Amino acid sequence: MITLNRLSKVFQAKSGNITAVDDVNLSINKGEIFGIIGYSGAGKSTLIRMLNMLERPSQGQVTVADWNMSKLSGRSLREARQEISMIFQHFNLLWSRTVKENIAFPLEIAGVPKKKRMERVQELIELVGLHGRGEAYPSQLSGGQKQRVGIARALANNPKVLLCDEATSALDPKTTDSILDLLTDINKKLGLTIVLITHEMHVIRKICHRVAVMDDGKVVEQGKVLDVFRHPKQDMTKEFVKQVTEPEETMEAIEGLLEDRDMGPVVKLMFLGEDAEQPVMTELIQTCGVSVNILQGKVSKTRDGSYGTLFVQLQGEKKNLDKALLFLEDHRIEAEVLNHDK
Amino acid sequence: MINNLQEELLPNVNWENMWEATLETAYMSALAVAATFIIGIFLGLILYLTDKGNLWQNKTIHAIAAALVNIFRSIPFIILIILLVPFTTFIVGTMLGPSAALPALVIGAAPFYARMVEIGLREVDKGVIEAAQSMGANQWHIIFKVLLPESMPALISGITVTSIALVSYTAMAGVIGAGGLGDLAFREGYQRSNPDVTFMATVAILIIVFILQWIGDWITYKLDKR
Ligand SMILES: Nc1ncnc2c1ncn2[C@@H]1O[C@H](COP(=O)(O)OP(=O)(O)OP(=O)(O)O)[C@@H](O)[C@H]1O
Ligand SMILES: [Mg+2]
Repeated sequence: MITLNRLSKVFQAKSGNITAVDDVNLSINKGEIFGIIGYSGAGKSTLIRMLNMLERPSQGQVTVADWNMSKLSGRSLREARQEISMIFQHFNLLWSRTVKENIAFPLEIAGVPKKKRMERVQELIELVGLHGRGEAYPSQLSGGQKQRVGIARALANNPKVLLCDEATSALDPKTTDSILDLLTDINKKLGLTIVLITHEMHVIRKICHRVAVMDDGKVVEQGKVLDVFRHPKQDMTKEFVKQVTEPEETMEAIEGLLEDRDMGPVVKLMFLGEDAEQPVMTELIQTCGVSVNILQGKVSKTRDGSYGTLFVQLQGEKKNLDKALLFLEDHRIEAEVLNHDK
Repeated sequence: MINNLQEELLPNVNWENMWEATLETAYMSALAVAATFIIGIFLGLILYLTDKGNLWQNKTIHAIAAALVNIFRSIPFIILIILLVPFTTFIVGTMLGPSAALPALVIGAAPFYARMVEIGLREVDKGVIEAAQSMGANQWHIIFKVLLPESMPALISGITVTSIALVSYTAMAGVIGAGGLGDLAFREGYQRSNPDVTFMATVAILIIVFILQWIGDWITYKLDKR
């Protein structure tokens, strides 16, 4: 659906040239939710803005659906843009228009007759769950509702692709989840290809099929979300994965335990798939004769299965401890004995 | 009783003349405001759109438009009228009567208003313009469906301020023969030493100004959904 070929963007600034996007190759499938994650300044916005030519590439090619985007201009570009919608971090609604009129805006641009426009607007209002708010002005809506208007507006002309530039970054966690659910829903119902950029791994974990990690203009790692969670290669990716699997307090608490070696080894267990949902711990205790002191655990659901991390302290005889580690290996559970590194 | 009071306080006020002068002032102001609104928005759009980073970015046109606006904004109005005498006689055919004041009024006020329009347009969120572009909007959609509606409260409060300035300009234009309340205050009031006429003309101007301000504020309030 979307192919980026050796895509680069260089900004000319007074202080010198800034390479915001550096030789990026990506290919995004039809019907996929593809996430791009990176820290501030990594070039994510610049990259996504080159997908609809809000930013012109300095080099390389962008193909979306069957359009060679960088070759388009004028009318043909405007027509292509009607099929590549975008939603924004700050919603970018017209405050002078009501919810209905905002949603009707892209339809007016596309020249849809008034009667049809009204019908379509009503459909969209129902689709995004804004029933009864049609006559409200954006200033009368909450952030989550504003983003729903943004989404309805983006869907108005039945696009093939939806681009989301930090669409949930201005929202609280609960509202974020409801917007993510809506996006998942739309992806399923309409078969829409969604590209979203974010700096929150939580967003990637929850709705993306595949993810690319960006650093300093380059894509440093990409793959299926579950694979990236299991085996992050780059240090930066590991940090992002930790955002979801290891809350900061855990590490502090564990540091404390590591100082006292006599208490037994602290082990970080990583479960996959169904294992994360099975009572492996009970079995471990029963078969190996060790006692397990659970320090912290978390199961994260991705779209392709669950992924769990559990920090435990094992106590028992040396022989039994070794047996326990073997047991874990047999059960496809990755175990990492944590060392005190000071 | 009322007649007596008037005899005593305002002995020289001829109400018919006063009414006629008020109508002339209202006529000059209304036409000048309408023309200033249109020309000012047009100029303001040019100033804004040709500016750096905007739709029609163009250094030369922007510099020329900005220079013209600044020059005409800086010429004192009374001098502008005199400078424009040949132009006015050419366009209107005469230098007398309310219509003769219009070219000077509009040329004096439009650049002033154009700057306010430019400021109003700059306040429009760049993100919203970008959103419209991402939906496939062309430049006319952006001007007429985004820029103008989104800045309308600023455009209206700007034209309110400008129209009040225009009322005082009409008073000055009156002095060179355009008629209206300024003319009445000057000829009947000042030159013939009838302070009561000057006073009543002032009151009439104040009433016009208050009405304009009130209408402007009301429309701005109604339009502003932010
Ligand atoms: N119009 C521009 N002119 C010059 N430099 C720019 C421009 N836009 C972006 N940049 C630079 O390009 C780099 C990447 O910016 P970009 O906005 O793509 O990052 P980002 O990953 O989206 O960051 P954030 O998470 O903060 O939104 C930054 O160093 C930024 O300063
Ligand atoms: Mg960004």
